Amino acid sequence: MSKIPSAISLGIRRGGLEIRQFSRQRESVVFTLFFPVILLAIFGSVFKDTIAPGVTFSQYFAAGMIASGLVNTGFQALAITIPLERDFGALKRLRGTPMPASSYFIGKAILVTVSMVIQIFMLLGFGLLFFGLEMPTGADKWITFAWLVLLGSACSTALGIAFSIIPKSGRGASAVVSPIVIILQFFSGVFFIFTQLPPWMQQIAAIFPLKWLTQGMRSVFLPDSFAVQEIAKSWENERTFAVLLVWLIIGVFFSVRKFKWDRD
Amino acid sequence: MNAIEVTGLRKSYGPIHAVRGIDLSISSGEIFALLGPNGAGKTTTVEILEGFRSRDGGQVSVLGFDPLKEGRAAREWRNRIGIVLQSTSDSGDLTVVETIDHFSGYYSNPRRVDEVIHAVGLDEKAGSLIRKLSGGQRRRLDVALGIVGNPELLFLDEPTTGFDPEARRAFWTLIENLRGNGTTILLTTHYLDEAEALADRVAVINNGQIIEISTPTELGGRSTSQALVTWREAGQIKTEATDSPTALVNKLTSIFNGEIPELTVTRPSLEDIYLRMIGKTHE
Repeated sequence: MSKIPSAISLGIRRGGLEIRQFSRQRESVVFTLFFPVILLAIFGSVFKDTIAPGVTFSQYFAAGMIASGLVNTGFQALAITIPLERDFGALKRLRGTPMPASSYFIGKAILVTVSMVIQIFMLLGFGLLFFGLEMPTGADKWITFAWLVLLGSACSTALGIAFSIIPKSGRGASAVVSPIVIILQFFSGVFFIFTQLPPWMQQIAAIFPLKWLTQGMRSVFLPDSFAVQEIAKSWENERTFAVLLVWLIIGVFFSVRKFKWDRD
Repeated sequence: MNAIEVTGLRKSYGPIHAVRGIDLSISSGEIFALLGPNGAGKTTTVEILEGFRSRDGGQVSVLGFDPLKEGRAAREWRNRIGIVLQSTSDSGDLTVVETIDHFSGYYSNPRRVDEVIHAVGLDEKAGSLIRKLSGGQRRRLDVALGIVGNPELLFLDEPTTGFDPEARRAFWTLIENLRGNGTTILLTTHYLDEAEALADRVAVINNGQIIEISTPTELGGRSTSQALVTWREAGQIKTEATDSPTALVNKLTSIFNGEIPELTVTRPSLEDIYLRMIGKTHE
């Protein structure tokens, strides 16, 4: 008898299936891919000021939108859809097959990363064409961008899977998850300029990954001259890396140890 | 070797004793039906065997493996079993063939996808999205996903609930074909005629204990119980319970000098026996 397929190869298969399934849910596709673009259009039209020499609010906001896109596409989407899959009995059925949990998680990570990449292309393309968005300059900025997207996707996926343990039912999941994400967006400097927020908000935000993702994205999309206007007077990319890594480990730990396949 | 070996199985949920000491041996290639009312402990027992639930006591061996174990060995074990759960649904955004093809990739030695689709009678729906299938068609897809891995042991939990009579007959034929391949099948069902048509042996379970294990024809002393002979005589239906129906019919033949009006000879159905065993009667 031949050997059972490896966890990695099944994970890649799962990723392909997740993408195919997702691409057929028209509402989700539109919401996930166009919502950031629509928000950029609204904010870019309303706030036309420059917040520093050569830095428009659109530029600042685009960095925040990409960062919160990572949270929406990973954490929020998974923490809402996985409890639904559990309610359907789809997870229990998977549990009864030789497919390991790690393959399921890899599949989700592939889905999140791929939809994130498409989302970024759309946001950047749209920003470039209509809102004078300036692209990162220099290879080092693109490298920072790449690891932020990859580590951010992984971290957001792991935390979304881990958080899926908490909602009791699929129907209630959105009510638990969405407020958390929206509050985090306000606290983390996505909709407002972070340094203008009250210190207590900044301190709460600093515990969570979104603030660091947003700051990291600013280091990619804003000129280095802006770094002195950050709280620490620098981009702190090393610290961003460390914070994301810690949250990734926390997410993976709870996903592996506590994942629930069944309702009860 | 026995496919399933259970001794002294116990499981409680808080103060409720769902399973109270069950012993069970199911041999390889056998079709075994578990009968019992809702809440009797059927599903708990089966889910322990499937590795979905822990147990409080007793020994369990399924294909020589303890379902409690995890890790690599558990994957190898799951590669050899197929599970059709009671109620499953999907988001429905994949087609029948996509879904079966995907699941077949989980196993080391899967059956051919087109062959599985044909076996469950979904040929015409192969390209349809799952959400466009009827309830009975979805159930057949569940069965397809349970058998695509070419299992040595198949668990079927209420497989034909919601089927129309024609679909049930077709499903029975499918199970007969699996028997021909030597697949061991553990079936739970509410339909007594289904158990009678398919099962080599049946177990009746009630209040977390097995009342009797027997063949469908011998359960509850069915084969040796008295036959009921009825006929019409002088404008009235007459009924007589007897151990020797043939002799009675012979006697009646000579009385009527030929054809006996409205003659029937019946033995208690499996359902009659079953209801008697679990302490209920026809309403």
